[in-house]
Order: sequence, then C-alpha cells, then structure tokens
Amino acid sequence: MYDAVYPFLIEPFAKMWTDMPLFFAETVISGVMAGVMYSLVALGFVLIYKASGIFNFAQGVLALFAALTLTGIMDNFGAPGWLAIILTVAIMFGLAWLIQKLVFNHLINQEPIILFMATLGLAYFLEGAGDIMWGSDVKVVNLGIPQGASQWLLDGPGLYVEKLEIVAAVTAAILVTALTIFFQKTRIGRALRAVADDHQAAMSVGISLEKIWIVVWAVAGLVALVAGIMWGTKSGVQFSLSLIALKALPVLILGGFTSVPGAIVGGLIIGVGEKIAEVYWGPALGGAIENWFAYMLALAFLLFRPQGLFGEKIIERV
Amino acid sequence: MAALEQPTPQPEVLLAVEDVTLSFGGVQAIKNVSFDIHKGEIRAIIGPNGAGKTSMLNVINGFYHPQQGTIWFKGVERSEMRPYVAASQGVSRTFQNIALFRGMSTLDNIMTGRVTKMNKNIFWQALHLGPARAEEIEHRAKVEEVIDFLEIQHIRRTPVGRLPYGLQKRVELARALAAEPELLLLDEPMAGMNLEEKEDMSRFVLDVNEQFGTTIALIEHDMAVVMDLSTRVVVLDHGELIADGTPDEVSANQKVIDAYLGVAHD
Repeated sequence: MYDAVYPFLIEPFAKMWTDMPLFFAETVISGVMAGVMYSLVALGFVLIYKASGIFNFAQGVLALFAALTLTGIMDNFGAPGWLAIILTVAIMFGLAWLIQKLVFNHLINQEPIILFMATLGLAYFLEGAGDIMWGSDVKVVNLGIPQGASQWLLDGPGLYVEKLEIVAAVTAAILVTALTIFFQKTRIGRALRAVADDHQAAMSVGISLEKIWIVVWAVAGLVALVAGIMWGTKSGVQFSLSLIALKALPVLILGGFTSVPGAIVGGLIIGVGEKIAEVYWGPALGGAIENWFAYMLALAFLLFRPQGLFGEKIIERV
Repeated sequence: MAALEQPTPQPEVLLAVEDVTLSFGGVQAIKNVSFDIHKGEIRAIIGPNGAGKTSMLNVINGFYHPQQGTIWFKGVERSEMRPYVAASQGVSRTFQNIALFRGMSTLDNIMTGRVTKMNKNIFWQALHLGPARAEEIEHRAKVEEVIDFLEIQHIRRTPVGRLPYGLQKRVELARALAAEPELLLLDEPMAGMNLEEKEDMSRFVLDVNEQFGTTIALIEHDMAVVMDLSTRVVVLDHGELIADGTPDEVSANQKVIDAYLGVAHD
C-alpha cells in the first residue's frame, strides 16, 4: 500500500519542494493567476444567480461579446483604448437593459429551467450578433497591457511570472473591492442584496425588481468585459473564448452558486489545483489532466458538500 | 388621536375597497367585497382560515390585481400598477411568514425601508461620496429613531437570520415603519408569539397608531388582541364580507359566530 501511494501522492511534492522550491512557487503562482481569470467569469454567474435565480449560461459569451466589441471599435474606427473601453461599457449597459426588457420581463415567475433556456438562446444570439458585427477572425486586444515575463521577478527571486497575469490579478482585486463597496455601502447595493434575499419583501419596501435586474446584468456585463479583456489579451479574441464559461462551472460548484467570496476562492482552488495536478501527476496519468481535473474535483465536491464551500445549505420544508 | 376628538360623524377615508373580486383560475378568493379604512384608525380584518384575508392585503398592497372592482387610496382611484409602487405611495406591510432579508443586519434591513425616500443618483452612489453619503447619514438618523422606538438597539448589527422569532417580527415592523407609511398593513403580527411577546407587540401597534398617527390594517387570529386594539373590524368568510363594525357589534353578529363555530354553508 505504502509503496503504491508514496511515489504518487507524496514523493513528487516532497522532491519538488526540497529540490526545486522556485519551480513549485512558479507552479502555484501561475495557478493563482489562472484561477483569478476563472473567478472573473464565475463572479458574473454568481451576481446574476443571486439576484434573480437565473443561471446565466450566456456569461461566457457575454465576455466574448464584450471583447469583440472592444477590439471591433478599436480596429474598425481607430478609437484609442480608453475611448473604446468607455464605449464598450456603454454598449454592455445598453445590452443589459435590452436583455431585461426584451427577454426576462416577459418571463417573470417562470420556472428556472425556462429562464435557463432563455439564457442559452441569448448565448447563441450574442455569438451570432458578434460574428455579424465584427467578423469571426481571431483578434488581438491592443490595450498596451504589458506582456512577457516580469523582468523584476526574474532578476530578483528568479521567478518566471507573466506580466499580463500580474495585471489581471491586480485588476481583479480592484474590481472585487469596488464591487464589495458598491454592494455593502450604497443604496442600490443594499437593494440588490435585498432582492437576492427575498423578492416579495423587496417589492413591499418599494424596490423595483426590474431596475435591480438591469443593474445586475449591467454589472455582470462589466465583469464580463474585464474577463474578456484579460482572456483576449492572453489568447486572442476568438469564439472559443465563450467556452471558458464551462470552466466556471466547477468553480461555482466548489465555491457555491450564491457566494461572491466563493467564486473567488473556488477559482483560486481550481486554478492552483489543476496546475499542480498537471505538473506533478500529469506524467503518471499520461498528461493533459489540466483539462479534466477541475471537473473531477467538482464531482468530488458534489458528493460531500453539494452547496459548495460558501453556498447556503438548502433546507426545504417537506 | 385627533380622529377621536372630532365631532364630525364623517371621518376621512384613507382607503376604500369597492366591490372587489379576485380569483385564481376557477377559485374565487374574494367575492364582491367593499369596505373602507378611515384615516387614523386601527382596522382589523378577521375570519377563519382561507377566508381571503391575506389575499385582501395583497390587493391593497398592489401585489394582486383584482379582476373586478376599484380601490381608492387618498381619494384617487388606483390604476393597475407594479407591486413596488404601493410602497412609494405610502403603503408599508409585514408578512405572515416573516419576509426579512435574512443575510443582512437589522440595521441594513431597516435601511431598505427608506428606499423610496432616497433618490440620489447612482453615479454618486457608485463613488460612495458627495450627496449620496450625506443622504445616507440623514436617513440613518431616521432609522435610529425607529430602532429606539421599537427597543431593538441591542441587535442593530446582528444578521436577522440569527434572531429569535419574536425579534424578527419586530425588525420587520421596524422596516415597515422606517418608510413612514400612511397605511401600515400587518399580516398576523402576533402569530406564533407567547403572551409576553404579544403584549409587547400590541403595545407597539398602539404606540405607532397614537404617536405617529399611522393608519393600520391588521389581520389577527387572537380575538382578545383584536377586541383590544381595533377601532373597527371587517369579517371575511369564504371570500365574502359577512360583517363590518365595531368589535362589540361584530362579536355579537350571528353570522360571525356561525362562521367561527363552523355552521354548514348553504
């Protein structure tokens, strides 16, 4: 037994930690950075799910659409980066308004599965709209976000870390802090939390669910834009970007569908977990386990803690 | 208080329900019911289970739109509106099965009651400074008044999900009061309470009515409470109005006695 387990579960870590601490650190850091990117997508899911109970399958496409629009405005009209960002934010807000008015206003009090199907339709619609408007070739995000290895970290401790990933992590931290302040300290934020807690009570104090849902979709659009910029800078704006939404699913299962901190911690665990798994267990299992490790982890979580790390335990009266 | 001293026999009508019928599919929850609520009074709505009391409250509150009939509020005929509009017109309510924002603190819950009074634009709010901040402070003062009034200072920061039942009911009342309503709707404010809690709640209801002059409509099952608190009583049974009058008149009414003792309906 020991002979079977030791070389697989313990030895690689022990050896890596003692023999190559820097390599271990790099693995963890790149995992954290990848995790931040997952968190950004998962965050969009959580916001909409919490406030409206809609599982928004279109969140990944929203990120794609935002990135397409941004690059489209910059490439086709030669707008500078800052202007393109402002315009894209405006378009995402407009889109939020349209989604609420044209789709979900007509589906109030419908079953969750119907709302889910609507987001599925929305996903295909946005993908098609993005294609028609801006074309389907791979685009480059040219916002001047630094690329390549951070020289400072390479010279100092000798770590290889991508500059882009540092920028992504810092941006995500700022975004999450700003959102937290918005939710905790402002009237709209309070109204948003109220709606997330109890629709009927929220209406009884005079909160318009419709307005709050527009705000939520707008915020989700903003988060999608940030995610789209980061992913687009990393691997180009292409239609496979919408598939990162799938990676957000195990993140949500781990963190809980209703928890913002859960989305962040879940993203980090998945990110670090899959990098470490790939590097240390990959060779033993034939490689490329990065692709499915997250889903296996999520599956294990579903067995033992279905509500996720931070999710609310659902207790229903029978 | 003023209403009692007025010699005029015609008190001001705050809300009137005229010939209202509400049905869900084939089930008629309310059938041709008419009554009014005078400004400054405590109006009880009673009746056996399934009589349509909560449905009536939901109609007044704008949650349900009756198929037939009109509702007059402050002398204006109410058009079909979105549910959240009632709050900005001055109608607040509590629910039978407490509907608080469980994840939020007592203070935040009560602050949501001020939603209709706060209107600084979202830009300032997002920045959390300037006018929005001043507004927040101003409304906080009003909320503190309500907290003092209902004696819940000690649970200000507690998430309401952790509070015992009786206190949750009180926080819900506080949230409704924070909106400074003209008409306060209470759906079984004393349900599930022990005697002491009921006495506390009764005292608060009377105080709200007397000190703020708030008009109150309440649904309650405890007859002793209804008789003590209310100015006038409406009795519903199977969606129909079977009696309307002072507590004494109503309790002497044969139809009411039959309804409560369960005499067979023709």
